[in-house]
Amino acid sequence: MILKKILIIYFLLFFPLQSNEVNQELTEIYKNLRCLICQGQSVADSNSDFAATLKLVVQDQVEEGKTKKEIYDFLISKYGEWIVYQPPLNKNNFLLWFLPYFILALGGLIIFIIIRKSNNNKAN
Amino acid sequence: MKINFSKIIIFSFVVFLISVFWMGLKKNNNYNTKNLTGSEISSFKLPSIYNGDIISDETLKQNQFTLINFFASWCAPCRLEHKYLIKLANHNKDIKILGINFKDKKKNVINFLNELDDPYDYVVEDQDGKTSILFGIYGIPETILINKELIIIKKIVGPIDKKQFEEILNFIQ
Repeated sequence: MILKKILIIYFLLFFPLQSNEVNQELTEIYKNLRCLICQGQSVADSNSDFAATLKLVVQDQVEEGKTKKEIYDFLISKYGEWIVYQPPLNKNNFLLWFLPYFILALGGLIIFIIIRKSNNNKAN
Repeated sequence: MKINFSKIIIFSFVVFLISVFWMGLKKNNNYNTKNLTGSEISSFKLPSIYNGDIISDETLKQNQFTLINFFASWCAPCRLEHKYLIKLANHNKDIKILGINFKDKKKNVINFLNELDDPYDYVVEDQDGKTSILFGIYGIPETILINKELIIIKKIVGPIDKKQFEEILNFIQ
């Protein structure tokens, strides 16, 4: 009897947690997938036929234990990089990844030069 | 002459940004099927709409060429391309046509084919649409021409028109 109660408590406590984790992972994946037939919507936001089918496929692959990367790679192989909002780093999009850091460094350099120049002017 | 480094850096940066945006504007970011042409189709198994017999990628290896057409009875553009499928079916015996019916009711598909004539050598049903994702499909109709080795030769997004019909004929002759 006690064992039965423990089992019930275990299932009640841990299974919803597992299911929440899976749902969270699914939502994250859906949000990173572009609905190819919608205007600026992710698969998560869309109710189109295409988005609904894609959700089923992703759900199956998550249940099969595939990682996010494997799922994205599969979809990229079918639809190209356009399907993902956050494309993997490669030679065609390295600017997209590094430009913000480059701009930050450049901005810092410009500010440094301006401050140094104004200090030099004051000293003179 | 004193060189103003700040101005040179800012100017270079502006030129660089304009170039990046210009390249971005010129680039076509729409979905295209370039990456699929030349690749092998994924394995699939779907039941025939008539008798439930399983049709798979293995079945298609017996054909010189196979045209895989994704269609549905509720799809208006499918009606427009149907005449070209009929012409292809009558024109060349080297090509077999596989119709993959997408998320449809069996009764409606049969009525559709009775009304417009059946150009397909095999008609299978993809009830949940999952198999269509294996083929990189995102709308109906779409058509894929494959060879004996199951390599994609051509992928057509939208209904087949006269030009595409002639291109298919050129490929298979």
